[in-house]
Amino acid sequence: MTTPTAVLVKFKQSRRAANSRSLKRWYQNGPLLAGMIIVGIVVVVAVFAPLISPYDPIKQDLLSTLQSPSSAHWLGTDKLGRDVLSRLMWGARVDLRIGFLAVLIPFVFGSIIGALAGYFGGWFDVVVMRIVDVFFAFPFYVIVIALVFVFGSGETSIYLAIAVVSWVAYAKIVRGEVIVAKTQDYVTAARLGGMSHMRILVRHIGPNVLSQVIIYAMSDIVMDIMAIVTLGYLGLGIAPPTPEWGSMILDGQEFITTQWQQATIPGLMVVVMSLGLSWIGDGLSDLLSPDRRK
Amino acid sequence: MSDVPALKVSAIVKTYHVGTALTNIFKGRKNRHTTLTALAGVDLELRRGEILALVGESGSGKSTLAKILVRSIRPTSGELFYGGRLVPAKRTKDATRRIQIVFQDPYSSLNPRLTVKAMLAELLILHKIVPRREVRAESIRLLNRVGLEESALDAYPSQFSGGQRQRLAIARALAVRPDILIADEPVSALDVSVQATILELLTSLQRELGLSILFIGHNLAVVQHLSQRVAVMYLGRIVEVANTEDLFANPRHPYTRALIESVPRMTERVEDEFVIKGEPPSPLNLPQGCRFHPRCPYAVDACRTTDPPLMHVEDWHESACLRFEELPAFSSVRAR
Repeated sequence: MTTPTAVLVKFKQSRRAANSRSLKRWYQNGPLLAGMIIVGIVVVVAVFAPLISPYDPIKQDLLSTLQSPSSAHWLGTDKLGRDVLSRLMWGARVDLRIGFLAVLIPFVFGSIIGALAGYFGGWFDVVVMRIVDVFFAFPFYVIVIALVFVFGSGETSIYLAIAVVSWVAYAKIVRGEVIVAKTQDYVTAARLGGMSHMRILVRHIGPNVLSQVIIYAMSDIVMDIMAIVTLGYLGLGIAPPTPEWGSMILDGQEFITTQWQQATIPGLMVVVMSLGLSWIGDGLSDLLSPDRRK
Repeated sequence: MSDVPALKVSAIVKTYHVGTALTNIFKGRKNRHTTLTALAGVDLELRRGEILALVGESGSGKSTLAKILVRSIRPTSGELFYGGRLVPAKRTKDATRRIQIVFQDPYSSLNPRLTVKAMLAELLILHKIVPRREVRAESIRLLNRVGLEESALDAYPSQFSGGQRQRLAIARALAVRPDILIADEPVSALDVSVQATILELLTSLQRELGLSILFIGHNLAVVQHLSQRVAVMYLGRIVEVANTEDLFANPRHPYTRALIESVPRMTERVEDEFVIKGEPPSPLNLPQGCRFHPRCPYAVDACRTTDPPLMHVEDWHESACLRFEELPAFSSVRAR
């Protein structure tokens, strides 16, 4: 007969490994670091634009229109004599603000709807997913432009239009992840531990599905900034004279042969921001994916 | 009071409808659904403070029964009693607390985002097992109980090995102070060397905490040293129940005999008559009469027509074989 001797199992070693891995997170995740530097610089410039921009972005100077880059105007002036660099800085404020804020509503709303549909299933799931299919069937820009027409141009209608269109992606991602997570034994165990559905969704399933949504949100910010710029370019975005990258491209394109920087630099800014945010998304997916933590 | 079984099920039936109506139309079936019988009337008692082993091959309905016992799924019909009282359909926090389960796969049964401390504290607080300020001390006590150190508190499940994870799963089950523990193949996913330590832990829990344990497994060798009683399951029905010693010395069902004989050993050739031939029949299409007769070396005509219930063999020994009295004497290498 064997006596039950409790074996106290040590795992100091695995602990140390865990620490070193968490240190690795910061300075060994190249994409994340690069993305954060790029986005960080643009955000800092946008935040401090009122302090560091050399000129008033909407003040016209009709005596010095369409100037080439010089020491007074680093990126030249546009057709109304406004400083392009200052407009670029102030434009970042508008574009980034809308880009980041527009993600919030669909992120929260879509995630909640998707989580409920995935967790409870049944008729609610069927109805929600058919609605999602309908939204997915429409081309993104067509529906956003149509909605902006309906709501009228302006910042609020851009938020609304983007929210209406893009919550479906969040709903779909979260639903899929929740369906996978809810079959895991730890969810059954939580249920048998007497926990409510709400608690299980928020505390047990939520943290396990959130990383995928956050990663998607990074690319969604890029989509939103592109959408705002596109709307601005089409004249449906923020009303002039408020500086905005899309309308700057629109204004600059008629002088593309002589003053190429007017349209190109705002376009490049969109590319740089997209790159930065995509890198952050890549880095986060490395960091947050549960299988990498094993 | 001690005669009242900790857990009792009677006439549990669980069927599933498989195949959509459309595929059946194409196949020209009359019925709109095909019925899969996972459990075909199961009666079982788990006595207080015992380890009862439930064995059977894959697909025999062991895990379905486990899920019904913890009320993770509902039976199609049948009744469930905890401590002699019929379990109401509505789930209460206290009733779920009293019966806990340890799953087979220790990798899927622990939430990768919760530290051990958070996992245990949540349960201790939710069920008010101890006052809030004693939560940490109680968590440490639980960890020590399952053979882990205090330093495990701040770790995530990914930092543990399979065996350690299974210990954590047991600690979680114990946290709410259950009367009954269902262990659904808790060692099948573990290395042989680790299996022994987990089995030893289960034995010590039964002995020291008086826990009633239903141990589900397919390995008879494991069960022989662990349990007081064994129930053998075949295709959704319990075919033999007996005290462990009895069952191994004098099995009264041909299927049990075949299971015992099929445990690999080095000394002796397996007698041919005990090797079961073929696959178990599909649960979609159960044979008429005794469900084991197509594979049974002792089957007679009566077996093809009569579906035998569990019959009394001797005290604490029941068998669902029509010919249990006529079976030749069983001499197993194990019994010597």
